[in-house]
Amino acid sequence: MSDERPPEAVSTQPLLRVRHLRTHIGTPRGTVRAVDGVSLEVERDQALGVVGESGSGKSVMARALMGLLPPRSASSGEVFFQGRDLLSLSRKEQSEVWGKQIAMVFQDPGRPLNPVVRVERQLTEGMRRQLGVGRSEARGRAVGLLREVGVPDPERRLRNYPHELSGGMRQRVVIAIALACEPDLLIADEPTTALDVTVQRQILDLLRRVQRERSMSLILISHDLAVVAGRTDRVAVMYAGRLAETGSTREVFDAPRHRYTRALLAATPALDHKRHTPLRLIPGSLPDPTELPEGCRFAARCAHAAEECLDLDPYLAPVGADHHVACANPAAAPTAPTTLASGGDPLGR
Amino acid sequence: MAGSGTAHLRGDKALLSVEDLVVDYPGKAGTVQAVSKVSFDVLPGETLGIVGESGCGKTTTGRAVLRLDRVTAGRIRFAGEWIEQADERRMRALRRQMQMIFQDPVASLNPRRPVKDIVAEGLAIAGSPADERAAASATVMSQVGLDGERFADMLPRQLSGGQAQRVAIARALAVGPRLLICDEPVSALDVSVQAQILNLIEDLKAQYDLTVVFIAHDLGVVRTISDNVMVMYLGKVCEFGDSAEVYANPAHPYTRALLDSVPLTDPDKGFAGPALEGDVPSPLSPPHGCRFRTRCPLAQDRCATEEPQMNEVRPGQHAACHFPLPPTT
Repeated sequence: MSDERPPEAVSTQPLLRVRHLRTHIGTPRGTVRAVDGVSLEVERDQALGVVGESGSGKSVMARALMGLLPPRSASSGEVFFQGRDLLSLSRKEQSEVWGKQIAMVFQDPGRPLNPVVRVERQLTEGMRRQLGVGRSEARGRAVGLLREVGVPDPERRLRNYPHELSGGMRQRVVIAIALACEPDLLIADEPTTALDVTVQRQILDLLRRVQRERSMSLILISHDLAVVAGRTDRVAVMYAGRLAETGSTREVFDAPRHRYTRALLAATPALDHKRHTPLRLIPGSLPDPTELPEGCRFAARCAHAAEECLDLDPYLAPVGADHHVACANPAAAPTAPTTLASGGDPLGR
Repeated sequence: MAGSGTAHLRGDKALLSVEDLVVDYPGKAGTVQAVSKVSFDVLPGETLGIVGESGCGKTTTGRAVLRLDRVTAGRIRFAGEWIEQADERRMRALRRQMQMIFQDPVASLNPRRPVKDIVAEGLAIAGSPADERAAASATVMSQVGLDGERFADMLPRQLSGGQAQRVAIARALAVGPRLLICDEPVSALDVSVQAQILNLIEDLKAQYDLTVVFIAHDLGVVRTISDNVMVMYLGKVCEFGDSAEVYANPAHPYTRALLDSVPLTDPDKGFAGPALEGDVPSPLSPPHGCRFRTRCPLAQDRCATEEPQMNEVRPGQHAACHFPLPPTT
């Protein structure tokens, strides 16, 4: 699963182009290769889903894109945003991009909010500083933002403190704050994980709606394949710091080719799963991020690993019009089995 | 929804039977009735799934059965014995037959004790001799897939989330329970680890003749493991019945809404149905009548004045709703 992605015909510049991004974090146990060679693109007006389990590096990648890395970490590679490499900008230039053109929404809807500051100031602070908007106009915009994200009675809510709002309302306010400077790209890192299922539903609908209405780009990060499925145009599956599979959401979900993607889908209990029948397992666990194996990082857990998989690091290779897989022996596409596959089992066993 | 009533109970053959359970939490701002006249039962060998969102009372219900929370009113019968008034001494003996595992596996284990002591602790309290404890501890550890000496001397912080949950399950099994109450046992785990734990619970259930109460907010997880399912909202029961029936043909509008809110892995669909409006009301002042009526797309005047009671809607399926949904299939 290396990042050597073959050059593609690029007609227009994508909004975000990440090339060979590596983020390594120093820990007492050694260097954690959290993100280890990720290349991806986000087009304008497009939603990209990033899926992976804990330790896949998806959150570290998001933080690297936002310049929010822990101390003792180092990033290399290129992060081109509207043609500028974010990793080589000056601090001043970076601050114009991060928070303004790229905004982020985090998992826990409580923490990003200051508990002793009213909603109004938290909403208007960014636009007043970054956009130079006057006080009364900022207030008007704040009311509009709250209305846009579905907060009832917005004038009254502006005077509230965060603890006076429910979890779902807080996450709406956090999204409104992220939208306040009219970003071109919104990164949402597990935005609904702490929320109940009916509220999660509301927030997911909201994110998709504002992304479309504002012609904004969105990176939606989740451990849950289903969260990403119905709400994104493209999807990237991460495993141990690398991309395992990437492509149009429809292709990846209709015809997943990487063994890990398939295994993850099969391990997810569906609403129509026959009861008391065992779920399909992924044996073993993630490799130690300080001592990653030489070859394919999923090989130790993969039922189809051949000897070459232990030595050769697979690169993202095209398997469809908009579909890349980093696997030496990808699963067959369900409709058109290829010679690449060892068997025709649709479940990827 | 959110009604009361005991029409769905199946009488004496149940291993666990809970009738009109009420649990109050007095607080500064007033008393929260976390569980409000909840009734359900579980037959021997059955798995009951309890689903609902935060604040619905599912965790409190599980804890109250073990008398870990004070029971304000109602009756609990376990293996033919009424236990809601049993003294602490009797409860200590009973808790060997009724064990619980919790959501946060690492936090539920004593951080300073090695795994082998944690697993054998229940037996030590019961007064088993040391050699018996060691043997029993080794047996259950291998049953949960943590073989060998490697794990026996580890401390909880050295375990992964999945391993810690296995230790918690081993600790529960060590005392030979008949009833296992699982409170969100896989919510904190990754999908691949979650599948391992769910399969393990299913295996052990068959092997040890366990009866299981499985509390979760994830409907997919509950579907996989349950015979019956109980849907709760704001301290009340909405629906109780065979899980295949309830999922295929939900009778309560809240059950329908929950199912419609689960994201699907189908890129064309997203969700199965429309979103539910609004938020869960404050448990300090729940709506009168049906507690779900403020968010219910089908609510009528009657729902505000009259609390619905549990009623058999279809064979084996009960709902507390004045206007239950017809079958869809």
